[in-house]
Amino acid sequence: MGLQVTDLRVYYRTLAGDVKALDGATFSIADKEIMGLAGESGCGKSTLGNSLIRLDGRMKHVGGTVTLDGVPLPIGDQNEMNHFRFAEVSIIPQYAMSAMNPTRKIGKMTAELLESRGERYGEIKSELLRRIDLVGLQRDVLNRYPIELSGGMKQRMVMVISTLLDPSLLIADEITSALDVSTQRAVAETLVSFRDHGFVKSMIVITHDVSILYQTADTILVMYAGKLAEKAPTATIIEDPRHPYTKMLISSLPEVGIRYAKKKLTGIPGSPPSLLNPPTGCRFRARCPLAFDKCAEEPSFEKIAHDHWVACWKATGSDA
Amino acid sequence: MLSLNRVSKFYKVGTFGGKELAAVRDVSFDVNTGEVVSLIGESGSGKTTIGKMVLKLIEISRGSITCDGTDVAGIRGGAVKSYYRHVQGVFQDPFSSYNPIFKADRVFGMIRSEYFADMARSEWNGKVEAALRAVTLDPGQVLNKYPHQLSGGQLQRLLVARALLLDLKILVADEIISMLDASTRIDVLNLLAELKGRGMGILFITHDLSLGNYISEKTVILRRGAVVEMGATDKVFGNPTHPYTKVLISSVPQLHKKWAEVEAEIRARGGDDSGTCLFHRAYPPTARAGDGADDGPTLFKVEEDHFVGCFDLGEGTCRIA
Repeated sequence: MGLQVTDLRVYYRTLAGDVKALDGATFSIADKEIMGLAGESGCGKSTLGNSLIRLDGRMKHVGGTVTLDGVPLPIGDQNEMNHFRFAEVSIIPQYAMSAMNPTRKIGKMTAELLESRGERYGEIKSELLRRIDLVGLQRDVLNRYPIELSGGMKQRMVMVISTLLDPSLLIADEITSALDVSTQRAVAETLVSFRDHGFVKSMIVITHDVSILYQTADTILVMYAGKLAEKAPTATIIEDPRHPYTKMLISSLPEVGIRYAKKKLTGIPGSPPSLLNPPTGCRFRARCPLAFDKCAEEPSFEKIAHDHWVACWKATGSDA
Repeated sequence: MLSLNRVSKFYKVGTFGGKELAAVRDVSFDVNTGEVVSLIGESGSGKTTIGKMVLKLIEISRGSITCDGTDVAGIRGGAVKSYYRHVQGVFQDPFSSYNPIFKADRVFGMIRSEYFADMARSEWNGKVEAALRAVTLDPGQVLNKYPHQLSGGQLQRLLVARALLLDLKILVADEIISMLDASTRIDVLNLLAELKGRGMGILFITHDLSLGNYISEKTVILRRGAVVEMGATDKVFGNPTHPYTKVLISSVPQLHKKWAEVEAEIRARGGDDSGTCLFHRAYPPTARAGDGADDGPTLFKVEEDHFVGCFDLGEGTCRIA
């Protein structure tokens, strides 16, 4: 069944007007799928992730529906969502360092969390210990305070806690960005193993680092200025992207083996549009080298091949 | 041009400073004219501490840093000002580098009042414009703006332009692009490469191996304050010798190769993974004094322009030592 998102719109209310951070997102995630969500800062990727679990006071659900395993998620209703949070949808926040209560030992904090969800700590403890072993932590972390753990250990502990109730969908928001390279790899591999062990059914991995997604994700969804740009299997996005933004983004990434002296990479000129009053038509138009008259109309997010969706007139072939 | 000779930095920690923490241990390397040296390490490896010592922001505990033959630690009084004429730094967070209540181009004004007080207004404006153009910024777009009106990439390039106003020889770039977006960070990186072409020496401090690999001639890999491997970039990345370097390179997420493939490649290349430390095989520990403050070598020469330190990773992985 998985997750279906249809025309989801979430705006931020500000004094200057609505900021259209997520403006019509339609996509689906299959069971067992790890979907990477990539894009520049301010493109709406975290807004999309957060809106599936908790809208904060500034966020307004303007339209669209979300269905998880056939059940519609009441994402606009804070109280109704409580039945789904952690049990069906869960999140690993970006800063695990500050995600845990510093005044409680980790075991006690976990017990309190479970009780707030109406679960018994005693019943779940054996499973908790098993998972602590699995992520390579010592069992006595439960008797320690968060301050006694390193960043990578805290991140892994938070991962265990967030997935303890076997949610159907897990959202991992920039969980590797603050870590060192070797810890980064351990955390990313743990994430994949959670899917393989069936702790979570499907996953959305939000990051600005496309190379982490290449290592972990099955499919990648690229966002630009509040809109979906392209979704395809990971290999297709990296090797044969169709949206000009994806192409330019991928080709601007330095990686081990590429040297300035041999191959000079180029960035994307210009900057993303303001989402307060976004331009009409394709939002990438101003920075796009392929832009033509038709781009004044907004391209829809269309399927161009099996498992491959693109929002670009040039790629959908309607420019003939 | 800039030369570090067995530089160490100790911090006093614990109650009443009873313990000593070695943040940097016996680090030696040179930055020459027109050369980018990347200083790569994970958090806590001492890479920023080295940058700060070069910039005279903190004292050097032991060893010396010389710039064009002058001992940096000995520079006092008015000479400090002329040192900063040649050596400048740009740091990680462009937003906290500016005072938010002043316009961003105030950083240029401060350079003018300190160094070019008697320069004519028109001549100064021309100089600022030339510096902005060198960092590919449009003067009309960035002058007379507040920091919040500019993007992170623009602010970071303004800081580089500010450094260019002076007669710069060494630029310390401490994680200057890690807070920028993928589409703009490569422009700042290319800018550094162009500056190198004008004969500037750049100390590029980063935790990201792919960035260091892209831009630098020379790579220094640090761990717990000590150099574990250094040399020409293509030699360090092409033929990693130290076990730690191997772990780092196999952990970097790459775009066209999965982790398992990279690891298999490094393993297939073999080399000496038997656990015997190349460094201590060449310099047996008995030959050195026991107090750790000896004058013995700190690095072993693997090949031309490629050196490796002791294999001990602090977990007793060095079998001889």
